[in-house]
Amino acid sequence: MQGVKLPVSVKCEINVLLVLVTALGFFTRLYGIQFPKSVVFDEVYYGQFVSLYMRRVFFIDESGPPFGHMLLALGGYFGDFDGNFIWNRIGAEYTSNVPVWTLRLIPALAGSLCVPLGYLLMVELGYSHYSALGASLLLLMENSLVVQSRFMLLESVLIFFLLLAVLSYLRFYNASKSSLFRWLWLFLAGAGCAFAVGVKYMGLFTYLLLLSLAAVHTWHIIGEKTLSNGKVVVQVVVRFLALVVLPVMLYLGFFYIHLTLLYRSGPHDQMMSSAFQASLEGGLARITQGQPLEVAYGSQVTLRSASSKPLPCWLHSHKANYPIRYENGRGSSHQQQVTCYPFKDVNNWWIIKDPGRQSLVVSRPPRAVRHGDIIQLLHGMTSRFLNTHDVAAPMSPHSQEVSGYIDFNVSMPVQNLWKVDITNRESDRDVWKTILSEVRLIHVNTSAVLKLSGVSLPDWGFRQLEVVGDKIYKGYQQSGVWNVEEHRYGTSHEQKERELELKSPTHDDISRNLTFMAKFIELQWKMLTVKNEESEHKYSSLPLEWITMDTNIAYWLHPSSNAQIHLMGNIVICTLANVALFVYVLLFLTYLIRRRRKIEDIPEACWKQLVLAGVVCSGGWAVNYLPFFLMEKTLFLYHYLPALTFQILQIPVVVEHLYTHMLRSSSQQKAFGGVILAALCSVYLCYRTFSPLTYGQPELTAEQLAKMRWRESWDILFRKR
Amino acid sequence: MEDSSVEATYTQRHSCSNVTVRSRRTCTKEKDREKQRAAVPEGHRVPLLSHTNTQDVNGTPVKRQSNNVPLCPLLCVAALSFCTRFFRLTQPPHVCWDETHFGKMGSYYINRTFFFDVHPPLGKMLIGLAGYLTGYDGTFPFIKPGDKYEHHNYWGMRGFCAVLGSCLPPFAFLVVLDLSHSTSAALIAASLLIFDTGCITLSQYILLDPILMFFIMGAVLSMVKFNQQRFRPFSWSWCLWLLLTGVNLSGSLGVKFVGLFVIILVGINTAWDLWRLLGNLHLSLVDFAKHLIARIFGLIILPLFLYTTIFAVHFIVLNRSGPGDGFFSSAFQSRLIGNNLHNATMPEYLAYGSIITVKNLRIAGGYLHSHWHLYPEGVGAHQQQVTAYMHKDYNNLWLVKRPDSDDDTGTPELVRHGDIIQLEHKETTRNLHSHLHEAPLTKKHLQVTGYGINGTGDTNDLWKVEVCGGKKGDPVKVLRSKVRFLHRTTGCVLYSSGKTLPKWGWEQAEVTCSPYLKETPNSQWNIEDHINPKMPNISLHVLKPSFLEILLESHIVMIRGNSGLKPKDNEVNSKPWHWPINYQGLRFSGVNETEYRVYLLGNPVIWWLNLFSLALFLVMVSVCSIALQRGAKLEGAKRAHCQVLMEGGGMLCLGWLLHYLPFYAMGRILYYHHYFPAMLFSSMLTGITLDTLLQNADLLFNPAVSKYILRGGQTVLLGGILYRELYLSPCAASTCSALSPMA
Repeated sequence: MQGVKLPVSVKCEINVLLVLVTALGFFTRLYGIQFPKSVVFDEVYYGQFVSLYMRRVFFIDESGPPFGHMLLALGGYFGDFDGNFIWNRIGAEYTSNVPVWTLRLIPALAGSLCVPLGYLLMVELGYSHYSALGASLLLLMENSLVVQSRFMLLESVLIFFLLLAVLSYLRFYNASKSSLFRWLWLFLAGAGCAFAVGVKYMGLFTYLLLLSLAAVHTWHIIGEKTLSNGKVVVQVVVRFLALVVLPVMLYLGFFYIHLTLLYRSGPHDQMMSSAFQASLEGGLARITQGQPLEVAYGSQVTLRSASSKPLPCWLHSHKANYPIRYENGRGSSHQQQVTCYPFKDVNNWWIIKDPGRQSLVVSRPPRAVRHGDIIQLLHGMTSRFLNTHDVAAPMSPHSQEVSGYIDFNVSMPVQNLWKVDITNRESDRDVWKTILSEVRLIHVNTSAVLKLSGVSLPDWGFRQLEVVGDKIYKGYQQSGVWNVEEHRYGTSHEQKERELELKSPTHDDISRNLTFMAKFIELQWKMLTVKNEESEHKYSSLPLEWITMDTNIAYWLHPSSNAQIHLMGNIVICTLANVALFVYVLLFLTYLIRRRRKIEDIPEACWKQLVLAGVVCSGGWAVNYLPFFLMEKTLFLYHYLPALTFQILQIPVVVEHLYTHMLRSSSQQKAFGGVILAALCSVYLCYRTFSPLTYGQPELTAEQLAKMRWRESWDILFRKR
Repeated sequence: MEDSSVEATYTQRHSCSNVTVRSRRTCTKEKDREKQRAAVPEGHRVPLLSHTNTQDVNGTPVKRQSNNVPLCPLLCVAALSFCTRFFRLTQPPHVCWDETHFGKMGSYYINRTFFFDVHPPLGKMLIGLAGYLTGYDGTFPFIKPGDKYEHHNYWGMRGFCAVLGSCLPPFAFLVVLDLSHSTSAALIAASLLIFDTGCITLSQYILLDPILMFFIMGAVLSMVKFNQQRFRPFSWSWCLWLLLTGVNLSGSLGVKFVGLFVIILVGINTAWDLWRLLGNLHLSLVDFAKHLIARIFGLIILPLFLYTTIFAVHFIVLNRSGPGDGFFSSAFQSRLIGNNLHNATMPEYLAYGSIITVKNLRIAGGYLHSHWHLYPEGVGAHQQQVTAYMHKDYNNLWLVKRPDSDDDTGTPELVRHGDIIQLEHKETTRNLHSHLHEAPLTKKHLQVTGYGINGTGDTNDLWKVEVCGGKKGDPVKVLRSKVRFLHRTTGCVLYSSGKTLPKWGWEQAEVTCSPYLKETPNSQWNIEDHINPKMPNISLHVLKPSFLEILLESHIVMIRGNSGLKPKDNEVNSKPWHWPINYQGLRFSGVNETEYRVYLLGNPVIWWLNLFSLALFLVMVSVCSIALQRGAKLEGAKRAHCQVLMEGGGMLCLGWLLHYLPFYAMGRILYYHHYFPAMLFSSMLTGITLDTLLQNADLLFNPAVSKYILRGGQTVLLGGILYRELYLSPCAASTCSALSPMA
């Protein structure tokens, strides 16, 4: 630098081509996005989360991290959406309070910006502006990308961030080594990765690809002997900060915002632990306000199973005995049933009693129950002791039956002592704490553990869940762990008073705050482990069907006419992309082997450029596509779109390479140019042909629709007239 | 990514290969080691080598090999490992853990009864053979763990497994010796395996694991030996090791599918080797092609041939109907003596008036079934149940009827693709029926019932027959056609979801009518039994599947069976991360405190040492490779150590990863003993890592001290392992939970 020259001048270069494709992108994606004014396909799914964000109600969605949902909700926020819409049916008309335009705006903007990003990416990979123009035109005219961008769906946002991350990294890599500005690009790449992962977990694979690319580049820097050790360390550390630390921080940030925004209790509360629920406004916090913290002898408690499989439930008993004989002829003790009940009920209350004393009230001062103490548990409403003995449980015969003890004088002695074992204790004299302590109840006589077996009882047990004593309990199992959820110190001596007391709500107020990290870890863990039921869907498909675009998804059908919107790919583009990928692999392998034998067909720089383009395009395609073969969840065509985007970018790479290196004479080049032009025209024609199914208008007749069914496997809807 | 560094290695190798061609006849041990180290790109060692090897003229490769291996330690290792494995081999004299499966399957081979198992047959065949040779007659039923053997000859089968298990430490010794050229490293690795309680326990019973591990180690050993022969291509020892590698690969895959991982390891090694050869410009393309063809033959064709041979033997030996029949398709069953499809005759094409059984094409799918029981109140309509039932039964019989006419005069007419038929249940005379009620378990599907009396029902009893891949008018072939039944009025397809009905449905499988018309095996059926007196019978001999078809089907059934082994909700499930830290063992035998108890648990000292060494290895390799990448000048011995770490250690580390990581992606139920193949690699890696660390102690201390550290470290290591071993053994007699089998 030679100091600043005066006067300050601003040079402005505008790439007209870039501006043009961007404008076209906006036009194709944004044109009439408020049509149709009804719920389209997965909007029904994402919409409910937008509503919950608007109402600040806590939810948990195992399909992805919250950043994508938050972006959609941002659209709702701009449109002053109040969240009052029932998202239950695809095709339901939106009411006037739903700001359709703003809700769909953000995905559409992201989708439009993918077009110039594709252009820039090509330029950054070192290809000509013609190739870049070609890439962006192909992206522009891919029907499936257009459809996916025009509704309140997340794929276009994901693709946008993926392209952004890759582009920024390449900018960083290509920038001159001296400029400080290039580090900004590196950090932008890290941020882009974090955003992509934050939208969908699928982004993780592209992130890993980028990380490995960066690792290889870093390794070269380490090998550069002209650099001093200190400089190398700085380079490595900055890359680490930008590509590892920053994304992790951002990812945590999404959850921080998510948890800060959603402070009210809601429909998914029950999946979370009691401590988590208590941190939400309303819900459990309202019930558990001001419970005493330490469980003492004489405490009245409800015990919730830590396992939420199959349902979250509370230890329960009622005035009904086990049948003398079960259907299969096995006998029972005929004592009172003990079950696990998934609803709040007065019969869920148990009283903790000291075996050495008669008192059922809390003494002053309260004597806390500690880890290792022996207790009895008395059922509040029926005054039966929790008991287990060597009788096979009704549904799980290898475990012991758990009962409320009734003395029938049949030489079945009372065995109602339980040892308290706090699993998350910090010391061996820990006090049993409401909500926070996770407790195992170990039977003193048989060392069986009180456990939720997960099986429903038949009609005689009112289809409640079975509770058993498990003698061969090993390791840590959630089903054997309980925590005190509702709790109060018992004060009434008489049974009648006690019943009244049990029926009255609990009172007082102490707030229990979990730290953010504790909440984050619990939420993240639940998101990764909660499994939705395997559901088949009419439009679900297999990864193999995607490459050939053998499948489509009907997104929307006009309630009365034949107008409809389908997610279906542009077949011409798809075929071209497959061919390009195949040719690329062929070229790559040929060059690789010939280079190994020291036969250099193309200059070194050109080879490097080809490899880099392959890593980004083919690699991007592979990491976004192949993992689906290992996934067991229900898959849809839209899962393929990120992979397809990268695959499309492969086309100009191959075309330009063939054009410059394979074709020797100018006449051949001219002919090839003609082929390219023809291909582009057919792409446009295909796009035009299917645009009624992409934009949902104009309405087509049944004959026209039938003509569009190019593939047998396509499912186009015909309305019966 | 290809870059300039590859080019650099190329030029160096160029000079190197020149040398190695001339250095074929190196003889003495010391020089040989030097050569091994120098075989890799290393400019400054070259003069030394070319200087030395001119002196030698004699010495055959075989002698060289035997000179190379220090015999005394090897014999010690072998003797010790046999002693530990055979000590109290016949104890306990009852069935332990999975002996109940593999012992039983060994008996099946002796009795020639067909059975089904999720693993390929080689391991069980060998067990059966060992039993047969040692006088076991196959009569012991192996019903459940804990059954006393009494007079049955079970020692032969256990002894066989123990012999194979005893080969592991010597194999490990040789592998590490070849990779590191250091006897102490080899001794560390071997002693880790000799004294590991887990390895001992696993080798003492009738299990597949000792056999599997034998083949895995065998494959690794032959691969390493083969790599050593790389400077003498096409010599007979080169060919021998190549073929042995192939044999061992087919063996390991033939025992369990886990053998696939070692195949990948060998595959990667071979690919790398070929790549190296391709870069050697002194090798003509013809020579390269020879190399390539030799490897394709030795590592692909030969193993494939052996593997199919194993299956051929399996199918030839097991020719009687047995407990495995139901898992296989109708065609498959027809080749088993004693099965009702064996040598059966029946009409070839389905006709009206036939009585048939209909089998679902899902693997282990049942027969379409109905019985005199109604769906309970509240489960759809209160009509007769229709289910899928695995076993053969009179209630599986259905009558095919034409809906419009009842006359059954004249020649019977064939049922064709697109025809509308009724299916009448033979025993109860109700028609197969479906309607707009939700199915009992799969709520999105429709209920299927038996409806009507004496075969008269309503329009909801009409089903359209479709032959998969057929067109209108095609006849329906018995056994061979895949048929779908589409419900006429609702358009749904007859479907077996595979879910088990509750008590009221006798725990048979649910049958529904699915509105999703995708062709899946769940919605495809075949006609198995077919009785029609008016039609000419043909022999089903023509249906007998070819060997390739059987091979393919048995693999599909095995793979499905394997992934079907899902952990039940309440079962204690072992997780992959439990394994390296020895979190939880496996109980082999003994529930009560009085009984003889055997518990599979690794020696904690060894396992933690392995884990620690893995971390240490990573650190050392990173330091090494960064130093090399930064162009640090390393002197001879250090450079050689780096080489051992990065090549030998890298290979073993890759082996460990390949045998460990895939378990994280597996959905099936996992057990602790799945880790043992990985543990072999990890132990060998420990040998190399610790030895290199001790040898390089002079980086921190002065030479005299470091020599003491080297000796001291080796002693402490052995002492620690032995101490723990001896400490664990008496513990078994008391109530301690970690019981070794030495008690």
